[in-house]
Amino acid sequence: MNPRNAVVVGGNRTPFVKAGGKYAMASAQDLLTAALDGLIARFGLAGQQVDEVVAGAVLKHTRDFNLTREAVLGSSLSNHTPACDLQQACGTGLEAVVYVANKIKLGQADVGIAGGVDSASDAPIVVTEPLRKALLALSRARSLPQKLSALGKIRPADLMPVPPAVVEPRTGLSMGESQAMTTKKWAVTREEQDQLAYESHQKLAKAWDEGFFDDLVTPYLKVAKDGILRPETTMEALGKLRTVFGKDDPTMTAGNSTALSDGAALVLLAEEEHARAKGWPVLAKVIDAQVAASDYVTGSEDLLMAPARAIPELLKRNNLSLQDFDYYEFHEAFASTVLATLKSLEGQGLSAVDRDKVNVKGSSLAAGHPFAATGGRIVASLAKMLADKGPGSRGLISICAAGGQGVVAILEA
Amino acid sequence: MNALEMIYGTPAGKFVAKKMGLNEPPKLRRGRTMPTGPVVLGELDGGGIARETLSLLGITPGQPLLDVADNRTKDEKGRAQPPRYQQKPGAIVIDATGVREITQLEGIRQLLRPIMRGLEPSGRVILLATDASEVEGLEAKAVAQGIDGINRTVGKELRAGSTSNLVFVKGGATAQDLASTMSFLLEGRSAFVSGQAWRVGPAKVQHEVSPRPFEGKVVVVTGAARGIGAAIARTFARDGAEVVAVDIPQAGDALAKVANEIKGSALQLDITAEDAGEKIAKHVARVLGAEKKIWAIVHNAGITRDRMLANLDEKLWGSVLDVNLAAEMRINDYLLNNDVPGGLADEARIVGIASTSGVAGNKGQTNYAASKAGVMGLVWAMRDELADQPITTNAVAPGFIETEMTGAIPFLQREIFRRTNSLSQGGNPVDVAETLAYLCDPASGGVDGQVIRVCGQNLVGA
Ligand SMILES: NC(=O)c1ccc[n+]([C@@H]2O[C@H](COP(=O)([O-])OP(=O)(O)OC[C@H]3O[C@@H](n4cnc5c(N)ncnc54)[C@H](O)[C@@H]3O)[C@@H](O)[C@H]2O)c1
Repeated sequence: MNPRNAVVVGGNRTPFVKAGGKYAMASAQDLLTAALDGLIARFGLAGQQVDEVVAGAVLKHTRDFNLTREAVLGSSLSNHTPACDLQQACGTGLEAVVYVANKIKLGQADVGIAGGVDSASDAPIVVTEPLRKALLALSRARSLPQKLSALGKIRPADLMPVPPAVVEPRTGLSMGESQAMTTKKWAVTREEQDQLAYESHQKLAKAWDEGFFDDLVTPYLKVAKDGILRPETTMEALGKLRTVFGKDDPTMTAGNSTALSDGAALVLLAEEEHARAKGWPVLAKVIDAQVAASDYVTGSEDLLMAPARAIPELLKRNNLSLQDFDYYEFHEAFASTVLATLKSLEGQGLSAVDRDKVNVKGSSLAAGHPFAATGGRIVASLAKMLADKGPGSRGLISICAAGGQGVVAILEA
Repeated sequence: MNALEMIYGTPAGKFVAKKMGLNEPPKLRRGRTMPTGPVVLGELDGGGIARETLSLLGITPGQPLLDVADNRTKDEKGRAQPPRYQQKPGAIVIDATGVREITQLEGIRQLLRPIMRGLEPSGRVILLATDASEVEGLEAKAVAQGIDGINRTVGKELRAGSTSNLVFVKGGATAQDLASTMSFLLEGRSAFVSGQAWRVGPAKVQHEVSPRPFEGKVVVVTGAARGIGAAIARTFARDGAEVVAVDIPQAGDALAKVANEIKGSALQLDITAEDAGEKIAKHVARVLGAEKKIWAIVHNAGITRDRMLANLDEKLWGSVLDVNLAAEMRINDYLLNNDVPGGLADEARIVGIASTSGVAGNKGQTNYAASKAGVMGLVWAMRDELADQPITTNAVAPGFIETEMTGAIPFLQREIFRRTNSLSQGGNPVDVAETLAYLCDPASGGVDGQVIRVCGQNLVGA
């Protein structure tokens, strides 16, 4: 029997927008359903059954305990389509792709959809700990005096909702603060960061103008284009932004860090022969993937640089060198994440990456970064670029995630 | 909705409107529904094809009443009245294919007079005549055109949503060739088509009439995200088609909704792209399989950029001509000249959308009228160019259709446009869709190079 290949057939995402913006009233489920319906329409799958839909969100309401299945039920797919929620911080989208690809390779599925969604606008708001305890006491209270006493313990300040904070529980540092330490440690300059951000906007704008996203994005709520994209931005404008993370000699700004965003992205995967029999485009094969984690808790390693551990392992297993790729997709959590990761890889004796091959259609700094949606965005775009480039072309994806984790993968046309 | 429109919607407003002669328009019979009353056949000397055609459709026609002296009765005032039908007929088919002389037109009068007040609501008058090009002598040719004069006037005199249409039968056409046309005219599908005449000839490939004519066939509809295009997509899907819904990327979410609703697929594409034809074929091959071919392409996408010519610059001029005419021609060109997976089938249907503005001209629409009259010219030219292929090219010319496009017209003007036709109302998008579906029907192979107005017999350019 021939080995089964998992291939990327296509993708779909909503345009990404700033949190609290045009999608402020849409829930994560709404966004995921919209991305799903766009994908279904693109491939004429309405009423059909897909073997499995796998997606997740980083910011998740308790009501979304079955987020993906609910999105499937709200979509035009057959109700017989099972779904699974998966979560690995910003690695969610890519990890979902790996999950489906593995099932396809193992023969457990022929067709699957993978990706993710995040709405920083629809982030769960939590009640304070004193309020929670008081309410618990109230529900246990039997007599009126007991009830009044429980209520009496509540202070006005306890009534304030607790907004979600993207901080690492073990260090208490926000992602930006952690990254500021990395930036300093790897001596990444402000100019390098701004340059990367500037190029990200330029490249993404060009891709939009060329119609690259015509078959990768479906508009949502009257938004037809990524809302964070600033084609007109300049190095001067970026250079004038005030710094937001780090203490002495800070270099990180809102321009070279990703904005909180809303959006959803999905990828249609299939077994290669199955896809060919249907006449579906075989954009790229999912060759292999690797996860790794860094020991950032002790401070000996960086929070967002686990990909620098994962990549060498992945290359070794596939007998490839870091130069053997036509395109590299390094998720731009922060400009300095990409730059520090490249420095680290080069420091490990892997020779330098050709910068002209990195994020050639722009990345998260310009597109935005709805956490779990980023993987789907990158996989679909890279697969299309590889298909355009031709058979044998190869791409490397690197995504860093909270908790010091990293997911990396290889696609090949 | 503006203030005027709101007042008009109130009971008081409706009362005033009624006083002004603006009655609630009749509700039209639509869809694949036959008339309730019997179909009566009036067969004049030399006819016969209509009876055969009705029999192919499984219809045994009823007997007509003739308005001749013997059949008349007197009313209470002693005036002679035409004979009255016991049960109101749903339709009368008049087979005048043998009529060549002026005196024979009297036979049509005899058949029509009892019908004029005797048809059920949304009834049908269907006239069949031999095309002038097929008859000998000046009188016969003049008579053929004369029948159209009857048709157009009857359309205007009929009430309660009834319509009149005329089919000119060309040489060699058989009952089989006429069946899809007869079925369309009898059914509710032709609700907003009235006072029209078009030609039916022999099909290069004959197919039987079927209630789901597009089963397993691929139909591409441009501009399908909303309005008439969405209705076209739904109508073809109802009749079995695998629809490829095309619209600009910016309309992608609405497009996806339409595509998913009808279990079709969506292609986000600006049809003015140089490679639009290629992209359409590729999409068909990708989504429906490499062996699939396009049975019909419906060029519906269109835009208006209205300005009086005194204010019209080259940008507004060019964009309308590019979307409404040039893009359609480029796509046809590619599909007709490239035998690719997902390309046009050997036997296929190409249909476009003209407009009454193209027929008659319309203030503020030189660019639009140029493009839409161009669509008609294209249809006529393609019929000749593709004469040896079993591909037909036709178009519809909608009058006032209720869509977002016409919703943008100021209320008073809109109300006037709506009313100035024989059915006293605007058409629905589905009316345009049904007519296009009829033209694309496999059984309509004998209908080629025709432009059918879907305008309720609008006064404009009629
Ligand atoms: N509404 C009427 O009364 C009326 C009358 C006569 C003719 N028409 C014609 O009928 C057709 C449909 O009209 P409607 O009223 O539904 O209009 P509409 O504006 O509601 O819909 C037209 C659709 O075409 C799409 N479109 C426009 N440019 C396109 C492009 N370059 N590529 C792909 N898609 C494009 C639009 O996005 C839109 O979805 C048009 O050709 C119009 O000229 C309409």
